[in-house]
Amino acid sequence: MPDLLLELRSEEIPARMQRKAAGDLRKMLTDGLVEAGLTYEAAREYWTPRRLTLDIRGLTARSKDIREEIKGPSTTAPDQAVQGFLRKAGLSSIADAHVHSDPKKGDFYVAHISKPGRAAEEIIAELVPGIIKNFPWPKSMRWGPASAKPGSLRWVRPLQSIVCTFGPETEEPVVVDFDIDGIRSGNVTYGHRFHAPDPITVRRFDDYVTKLEAAKVVLDADRRKEIILADARNIAFANGLDLVEDEGLLEEVSGLVEWPVVLMGEFERDFLAIPGEVIRLTIRANQKCFVTRPQAAAEDLSNRFILTANIEAKDGGREIAYGNGKVVRSRLSDALYFWKTDQSDLPDLDQLQASAAKFNLDMKKPLDQRMARLDHLNVTFHAKLGTQGARVERIRRLAEELAPVVGAEPALVARAAVLAKADLQTEVVGEFPELQGAMGRKYALLQGEHPSVAAAAEEHYKPQGPSDRVPTDPVSVAVALADKLDTLTGFWAIDEKPTGSKDPFALRRAALGVVRILIENRIRLALTSVFAKAFANFTGGADQASDLLAFFHDRLKVYLRDQGARHDLIDAVITPQSDDLLQIVRRVEALGSLLDTDGGKNLLAGTKRAANILAAEEKKKTLVAESVEPALLREEAEKKLFAAVNQAEKEAGQAIQNEDFSAAMLALSVLREPVDSFFEGVLVNDEDQAVRANRLALLARIRAATDQVADFSKIVG
Amino acid sequence: MTIDIPAHMHPSRSFQGLILTLHNYWADYGCLILQPYDMEVGAGTFHPATTLRALGPLRWNAAYVQPSRRPKDGRYGENPNRLQHYYQYQVILKPNPPNLQELYLGSLEAIGVDPLLHDIRFVEDDWESPTLGAWGLGWECWCDGMEVSQFTYFQQVCGIECAPVAGELTYGLERLAMYVQGVDNVYDLNFNGREGAEKVTYGDVFLQAEQEYSRHNFEFANTSMLLRHFEDAETECKALLDAGTPKPSDNLAMHRLVFPAYDQCIKASHVFNLLDARGVISVTERQSYILRVRNLAKACGEAFLKTRAGGLAA
Repeated sequence: MPDLLLELRSEEIPARMQRKAAGDLRKMLTDGLVEAGLTYEAAREYWTPRRLTLDIRGLTARSKDIREEIKGPSTTAPDQAVQGFLRKAGLSSIADAHVHSDPKKGDFYVAHISKPGRAAEEIIAELVPGIIKNFPWPKSMRWGPASAKPGSLRWVRPLQSIVCTFGPETEEPVVVDFDIDGIRSGNVTYGHRFHAPDPITVRRFDDYVTKLEAAKVVLDADRRKEIILADARNIAFANGLDLVEDEGLLEEVSGLVEWPVVLMGEFERDFLAIPGEVIRLTIRANQKCFVTRPQAAAEDLSNRFILTANIEAKDGGREIAYGNGKVVRSRLSDALYFWKTDQSDLPDLDQLQASAAKFNLDMKKPLDQRMARLDHLNVTFHAKLGTQGARVERIRRLAEELAPVVGAEPALVARAAVLAKADLQTEVVGEFPELQGAMGRKYALLQGEHPSVAAAAEEHYKPQGPSDRVPTDPVSVAVALADKLDTLTGFWAIDEKPTGSKDPFALRRAALGVVRILIENRIRLALTSVFAKAFANFTGGADQASDLLAFFHDRLKVYLRDQGARHDLIDAVITPQSDDLLQIVRRVEALGSLLDTDGGKNLLAGTKRAANILAAEEKKKTLVAESVEPALLREEAEKKLFAAVNQAEKEAGQAIQNEDFSAAMLALSVLREPVDSFFEGVLVNDEDQAVRANRLALLARIRAATDQVADFSKIVG
Repeated sequence: MTIDIPAHMHPSRSFQGLILTLHNYWADYGCLILQPYDMEVGAGTFHPATTLRALGPLRWNAAYVQPSRRPKDGRYGENPNRLQHYYQYQVILKPNPPNLQELYLGSLEAIGVDPLLHDIRFVEDDWESPTLGAWGLGWECWCDGMEVSQFTYFQQVCGIECAPVAGELTYGLERLAMYVQGVDNVYDLNFNGREGAEKVTYGDVFLQAEQEYSRHNFEFANTSMLLRHFEDAETECKALLDAGTPKPSDNLAMHRLVFPAYDQCIKASHVFNLLDARGVISVTERQSYILRVRNLAKACGEAFLKTRAGGLAA
């Protein structure tokens, strides 16, 4: 069966768009072919900075003939209806229609339509221009003389040529001929811009890929990545170094070259005084180069970097490495300047006195100065939630409140909270926002802060997601909780909650962070009282507390489900008032262990039966006694049950007060036997109304006793 | 195109030689070689030969050097790479020829950059000028990792769709010269290509000016006067646009005062840059100043389309 080769060659496509664009091209074309009635065996896309290529194998040469019948109106229908039918069926005269008979409806017209199958070439020639015109580039442009007219072709950068050939392996493929805005499809492409400037005529994918390779183009991006990675590792190893791997950078670099040539450059060792992360980001962001470290070094970088050129230079790349080194050096000079500036006094200290006093800052220290300036400049956090300075003030107060709860020293917590955001005013974070926190920690250590205070500058942003590390240092925990709870109550107060897939302020992540910090550090915290304090900082919002608590319940459920907890058990222990997340988790754990035992399972069944009977009778408005009257208990089984319920309720209540949920479960599990005997030996629906009401009251006591631990009616099974 | 040039005029030796080589290259291609615009601008794009001529349907191929002023980039002559006054080499081709990339690479070869020795790359860069209401797609052109040019296909200028699209090439001349001369400090560039007593460096020509203008930009520029000048330029621009607007009685609806009005727009833009360098414009005000200049640029662009040069037919 024939194969299709399609290449769209353009000027340089932004690296970040190539992979998706090639995938979109494959999907759009294969979908279109299938929709037109063709089938194919395999399709694979390729890309380089200058081309998107599609290799479709085993395409059917023609679509199948289609026969269909279109039912029309009755032969006695008015002319208007007949004309409508002719238009719909595409017939020129009613004489071309057939007449069918139906015993009920009588005679009516039917059009027999047969659509002959079409040649694949014809389908392709029709499809491809439409795909090119409607291609989903994130940003596209017009160009050249054609752009004088409205509606001219758009592409990500000027489209230069199109190769489109089609044919079976055994025959000479043909060019599928079409034209888009003056670009005519053909069988000619070009190789490497500098190494192979002459045109290349291609027949099908196999010779195409070989000829390109000969013309210094590696078509397959994943192969380019492999080459770059392997060569980078080797060149590093040969120099006694390890490559610092970076998948995102590798992907980008592979989209910047057609013929990767890996080289090594260097900079002065003096620059190694800059933190490694800053060096790495400087070289990565501006120069798209990899950094290296001495073999077996965990963190320290070396002064060699690895670049990927697009040519095999005449001099072996000496000039290229030298030139890149010069640029890296000038970038690192800037970075070194930032790093040093951040450790020096600010020029406008005299203006910062008021802010310094507000936060009790030590203005001899650089980070304290930056915090003063953050406050002084009134940098906005959010239009409705005020400045960063005001926010830090709120976080400090809340963190101090939380300090005793999490076992942290309040003075350290206050200091940590005040310095936590100071690095937002540093030059390095201004240049590389992703280093916020990490730089705060480094600068804090440099100015002699307590290690916990320094750690909190970085860790209070954590955890950043379900798999990020949770802070454990109590100082970090206090500031992290305060930061997140301030954010959550603030956004709830101004009614900017996440909706559907929209969560621009990452509030779900913040709430999950609180959940994970509390649960994984085994911290008991009554959220309701913390909410009350936090909401007091904002106008309005206090009425939002229960809504925010419900949001936390949802996050907790997601978290526990991911941990493998049973959904129904979580529902059974959570009430709208449950505000101690750790307690919820402990209840779920205890309930889970109880239900793993046979006793627990039977108790559940018995309790459910009691609850069901009670619910049915309550619905019928049958009288249920206010409380159980011992004098009305006649049968031995009900007397025993009454005694057991009294005992279990008391013991379970006591255990719950002691926060011992396993003991509470154990106390309840004793009920299993008396409940079973009760249902075996006692008829609830006694003729005597008083006895019946009393027995129903006894069932209500079972429900009340178990309700202390969980709502058994929500448990499945 | 190869011209035998004496060694002292070769781009690898001489800053002015670099400019002359580019002039020769683009003149040979068919560009008008224009002179710098005689007003303070922040970039070659502000020259009416680009901003206004990029609009409308008429062919336009021009090249020129444009001294560009970025008051905030002043470093008192102490930074080896940063200047508050520097030269851009600007090429504008409308409509862009299909081989614009090849033409650009040819210009690099003309100044002595061998593409089989140096790694030349086109790296994504979406260009935008909020003050001119302009944007385009293109690249930063890298030579061994250093950005030496901007390459842009204008899509919109003065808020108006470009039809046809113009291609714009902007060479950072000092940077390029530092590269081909192999010099690390801009002030060490050989300006005239001579040696010994005859040699004049970039520093000889511009160092004192950089120091003085840095003082001016950051310390001495009279801000209350500048604020007034901004208002004046804005008012004058609008007044001229208004006065030149075609009247209903005119046979041909032609605008008659576009270039003078656009001068005032340029002036407002530069005054804004000075005020910004003096630090008297707050973050929130900044946006509104940019918007005010953009509105002037837009109005000028719209007026330009009602002129002969803007394609108005007789």
